[in-house]
Amino acid sequence: MSSVPTPSRLVRTTAFKLTLVYLLVFAALSLGLIGYISATTSRLFDRQLEDEIDREIAQLDRVYRTFSLFQVMRTINRRGYRPGASVYHLTDFSGNPLAGNVSDLIFEPDLAAQADAFPVRYMRIRPSDEGGDVSHRALAKLVVLGGGYRLLVGRDVEDRIAFSTIIKQSIRYAIVVVVALALLSWLFLSRSVLRKVDAVAASSRQIVAGDLSRRLPVDQSGDEFDRLAESVNSMLDEINRLHAGLQEVSQNIAHDLKTPLTRVRNRLDETMRAPPHSPDELRAVLAAASDECDQLIRIFEALLTIARVESQSAGLTLSKTDLSALLADMAEFYEPAAEDVGMALELEIAPAVTIMGEPNLLRTMIANLIDNALKYGKASSPAADDTGDGGDDAPAGRVRLTLTQSDGTAHVTVRDYGKGVAAADRPRLSDRFVRMDASRSKPGAGLGLSMVKAIVGHHGGTLRLDDAAPGLAVKIDLPCPS
Amino acid sequence: MKVLVVEDDVEAAAYLQRGLAEAGHAVDLAEDGVLGGAKAGENDYDVLIVDRMLPKKDGLTLIAELRNTGKQVPILVLSALSQVDDRVKGLRAGGDDYLTKPYAFTELLARVEALGRRKQTAEFEAIYRVGDLVLDRLSHTVTRNDEKVLLQPREFRLLEYLMRHAGQVVTRTMLLENVWDYHFDPQTNVIDVHISRLRGKIDKGFEKPLLHTVRGAGYVIRADAE
Repeated sequence: MSSVPTPSRLVRTTAFKLTLVYLLVFAALSLGLIGYISATTSRLFDRQLEDEIDREIAQLDRVYRTFSLFQVMRTINRRGYRPGASVYHLTDFSGNPLAGNVSDLIFEPDLAAQADAFPVRYMRIRPSDEGGDVSHRALAKLVVLGGGYRLLVGRDVEDRIAFSTIIKQSIRYAIVVVVALALLSWLFLSRSVLRKVDAVAASSRQIVAGDLSRRLPVDQSGDEFDRLAESVNSMLDEINRLHAGLQEVSQNIAHDLKTPLTRVRNRLDETMRAPPHSPDELRAVLAAASDECDQLIRIFEALLTIARVESQSAGLTLSKTDLSALLADMAEFYEPAAEDVGMALELEIAPAVTIMGEPNLLRTMIANLIDNALKYGKASSPAADDTGDGGDDAPAGRVRLTLTQSDGTAHVTVRDYGKGVAAADRPRLSDRFVRMDASRSKPGAGLGLSMVKAIVGHHGGTLRLDDAAPGLAVKIDLPCPS
Repeated sequence: MKVLVVEDDVEAAAYLQRGLAEAGHAVDLAEDGVLGGAKAGENDYDVLIVDRMLPKKDGLTLIAELRNTGKQVPILVLSALSQVDDRVKGLRAGGDDYLTKPYAFTELLARVEALGRRKQTAEFEAIYRVGDLVLDRLSHTVTRNDEKVLLQPREFRLLEYLMRHAGQVVTRTMLLENVWDYHFDPQTNVIDVHISRLRGKIDKGFEKPLLHTVRGAGYVIRADAE
């Protein structure tokens, strides 16, 4: 397994590239900054030293002119052995040392000829108990006093060199520390990122392999991985829901389509084995088989329509539809059928309610609801009828179709005055192939309300099944265009 | 009638040929769009039955081409695509009627015969007569044996459609589509109830009924009982 990140994988991470870029930028920036600072400080130091040298030379020159060479030599000897003293070297015109605090002095005579300060190397004369003196570096200036006497005054620069060495050293350390920190943060980042990515990849693989209940890990850190995982998870929930629906449908299809298919097939088999004697009998068998096939085709059509309506995004086929007129038409269409079963169709339709809809789907929806109400909405069983006031010649049942409109919503209600449906069963009612009629004596496939549900959903509406006491009220809210 | 069936499924084509021949029609077969176009161009058919999905040339293209060359022959489009927009496409391409697979043969036969009749009676008829039943399309009146029959507007349209196809079987779906302009499955016997109401108004009290139920197919209005 690749749960442990290999170096090549680490290098390929985004974190590595980011770290590298930051590292280079930071290194270039700090090098430039430190280089600038050290250059300016050493220039500042040099100028300061030169100033001190100039001041001292001017002083000694004044002493020479005001007093005498001897006084200069005394001053040099007095100052020369204080701690942190300058470098002094006084010679006569032939170069013989007259006074000073150095035992050895090395410099380029060409540089000395100029007025500027120049580097020298020297060895300081020490009290005799301190031996093994080492040569020091200094910055010096050479002037000619009157009478050919040459005076060299310098300031030791070892401290300054040591200082810049310390700076250079600390720069080096800083760079090492920065690089180390960058490497560490890269490793940490890459590893944690890779770990998350690996976790996501592992979960995805399991989901792809068919475990739809699995979800991507969310560690509640609220980072971008969490947000991504959350949206992928909600997508998976939706897929899972659709998948479950699909499975349920295929199980239902297996049951509700296989049963009649088996029946047809058995009947035909039986007829082949023992053909009936009269052609009429044979025709009856074939007619029954043909009817059964018609019913199967209807179920298929209904399933296909539900699937199409559910999968299609709403809005594609919707156009302005006069719901009031559509309902009135449908009521007129069903009125004779209602009367035929001894039921009355009552209307209460608000005029000119317009929605965005697909007329054929809306008609299918209303047809299913009226059909259900006519089938299951009879007032009471015949036995109960006897106990009632028998003199009333009211129809066996009523179906009330209502359309109202409020706040941009059209409310359609189809209610009957029948037995109603127990509250526990109501939520299940709109599932595919669910029939409350356990004996399945009434014609139908149990697809009516799931069709209604799909159509309502397609129109962006809501479906509610309420207890109308007595009877069932199917309430549909559909949005009206503003 | 002379019918051309353009259908690539050999078994389905043979089934149609047998059935239509039994009903007394002469049938030619073409198994692809190109052949169908050629046959339809050479011969004078009363009705064309064209499958939507055909090899070499798609059914709708074939129909559009025939219409472009001025062929007026009525065309019934057969398709496995059942949605309303598919139907609209089929009719817009120049088809006269649209039938979804799987279909009952009685349904197909009724539609083919209705289409064939349409060709013969293209001109407007103001008065339909079946026996002693008379329907005046201009004054919107119906009389039976010179007695006025009062009909609701929808009942009038139902009777008008039945009488336009007098002597021909008309299926429930044809009534649903042509009288109500509904293209959905009403599930129950709603049409039967409408027919029985109409029957109660035009046949009740008369010795000889005119409106007959054809088992397994639909309805027919005719004067002479066969």
